[in-house]
Amino acid sequence: MAEVLVLVDHTAGEVRKATFELLTIARRLGEPSAVFVGEAADAAAAAGSLAAYGAEKVYVVSDPEVTAYLVAPQAEVLAQLVESASPVAVLIPSSPSGKEIAARLAVKTSSGVITDAVDVQPGGAGVETTQSVFAGSYTVKATVTKGTPIIAVKPNSAAPEEVSGAGTVEEVTVTLSDLAKSAKITEAKPKAASGRPELTEAAIVVSGGRGTAGDFGAVEAFADSLGAAVGASRAAVDAGWYPHSNQVGQTGKQVSPQLYVAAGISGAIQHRAGMQTSKTIVAVNKDEEAPIFELVDFGVVGDLFQVLPQATEAVNAAKG
Amino acid sequence: MNIVVCVKYVPDAQSDRTFTEDNTTDRVGVDGLLSEIDEYAVEEALKIVEAGEGEVTVVTMGPEQAADAIKKALQMGADKGVHIVDDALHGSDAAATSLVLAEAVKKIGTPDLVITGMSSTDGIMSVVPAMLAERLGLPQVTFASELTVDGSTVTARRDGDTASETIVASLPALVSVTDQINEPRYPSFKGIMAAKKKPVEEWALADLGVDASLVGLDAAWTRVESFTKRPPRAKGTIVADEGDGGTQLAAFLSAQKFV
Ligand SMILES: Cc1cc2nc3c(=O)[nH]c(=O)nc-3n(C[C@H](O)[C@H](O)[C@H](O)COP(=O)(O)OP(=O)(O)OC[C@H]3O[C@@H](n4cnc5c(N)ncnc54)[C@H](O)[C@@H]3O)c2cc1C
Ligand SMILES: Nc1ncnc2c1ncn2[C@@H]1O[C@H](COP(=O)(O)O)[C@@H](O)[C@H]1O
Repeated sequence: MAEVLVLVDHTAGEVRKATFELLTIARRLGEPSAVFVGEAADAAAAAGSLAAYGAEKVYVVSDPEVTAYLVAPQAEVLAQLVESASPVAVLIPSSPSGKEIAARLAVKTSSGVITDAVDVQPGGAGVETTQSVFAGSYTVKATVTKGTPIIAVKPNSAAPEEVSGAGTVEEVTVTLSDLAKSAKITEAKPKAASGRPELTEAAIVVSGGRGTAGDFGAVEAFADSLGAAVGASRAAVDAGWYPHSNQVGQTGKQVSPQLYVAAGISGAIQHRAGMQTSKTIVAVNKDEEAPIFELVDFGVVGDLFQVLPQATEAVNAAKG
Repeated sequence: MNIVVCVKYVPDAQSDRTFTEDNTTDRVGVDGLLSEIDEYAVEEALKIVEAGEGEVTVVTMGPEQAADAIKKALQMGADKGVHIVDDALHGSDAAATSLVLAEAVKKIGTPDLVITGMSSTDGIMSVVPAMLAERLGLPQVTFASELTVDGSTVTARRDGDTASETIVASLPALVSVTDQINEPRYPSFKGIMAAKKKPVEEWALADLGVDASLVGLDAAWTRVESFTKRPPRAKGTIVADEGDGGTQLAAFLSAQKFV
């Protein structure tokens, strides 16, 4: 069976859940081959977890040059593997970097690229993808008509299935072009971990906006009662109340959790663009005219500083 | 310092965005405007040139109406515009768009910087900048939330999920900017008047030496097979808090098995 390349998303060898989803999707199309770019010391642990989700092969690229420069080297690595393995598709996490790697790979291999896929299925012309566009108001199905389908897939697009693969490790040596080494990453300041689930992967997201007036305490406590990730509107981020990496919306993260709670957020189109495809939507807002109420399954017109603590207490009590 | 800014004309997100019969984005039947994120790209270019010297050229590829995007950028202060317009371009995908923009940048004469938005507000693909860097053979310095140009070096801050990175490259380079980078100016009355006299060139594919068979809907490397409007969300329950709003919310979440 033909290979499907999956670019692994990991931090120091700890593979992110979204990668297991990609491996699960890859099995619908062919034989999953994981592509691990990172330190050799981290590869063994990663290979084990990748095999547990069906990776037959694990290509390991441990040349430190590949991660010392922005995006371009990873596209060259994948182009080299596309050439040697002739995969039926390449699956990449639909993160900002992932989409850029996909973009460059598409130009290098003269292949069609699709980003932000929420589903990938084998189809008539090879692979059929599903995306949600225009702030979630349309669902689009698309196919790739040229080259090797390169698909950037969003987190939460499949339920990861544990199934053991051979996980045969193959070291890959790469020769990078000078162009690939032209934008150097000279410093990387790690972000402090919040201990909460990652925004794009979380099943529940609780977000706060300008209505918090800078106090995210009630939002965080409610999030913690539900085991949720915390998000923020751009107004809250611009005010410096919450980090930009937690922004939900057009220029932040696009999330699609089972449950999205918007507290003190009006529901501007740019915010909706990041959360409108959530399964269940709840809002707490003082203003009954707030546009966010057009989207909700359940809404409370009220002060978030009254409503959220009471809800938090009730949720904690129900959990016992 | 000469800078080319790529700006896109997009359907207004406040209007009913939709598709046409051939499954392409409706760019004609819907009100359009300069993609808001590209205003940050224009602003950054203006700031860099104002701090030194040089010229800002804005380029757009799009239908006749896309001239509005150039006009807005000129009103903000850009010096000249190039509008690539050709019937054969209808339905072009990101690969073809980047091909055409790359040829346009070359024809303008490769500048010190090419600046784009981090993504367009209609597609939100964030692929054209990386494709342009690849095609032009320029260092890719994308998703810049902070930018400094010093001599022949450009330094940017790129915020990722797990780290905030510093990216350094030498000029010429391609930069894409986020909406964190600056506060775009509003066109002044003087700017609006001055824009009327600024040069705008219209180029067709032939002017760029790009073969029409490489662009447009038929040449696209991807195809939209179908589009469906999402059914409107069923009207939800909205309660006014009369002292038990939080309890009601928790009860809803329990009933939905979130607790
Ligand atoms: C290019 C561009 C990109 C953008 N990208 C994004 C993006 O990615 N994400 C994003 O969110 N926005 C984005 N925006 C901004 C967007 O247009 C809105 O300005 C923003 O979403 C508003 O945030 P907000 O809802 O928190 O604030 P507001 O619109 O000010 O709403 C605050 C709400 O809180 C309510 N409220 C106040 N006090 C209380 C209280 N005590 N209890 C309960 N409710 C209360 C008010 O009734 C109001 O509805 C973007 C804009 C542009 C131009
Ligand atoms: N048709 C176009 N004309 C000019 N610039 C464009 C065009 N399409 C995309 N761009 C540029 O590429 C950026 C990212 O677009 P995208 O990859 O479509 O999200 C935009 O912010 C623009 O700067």
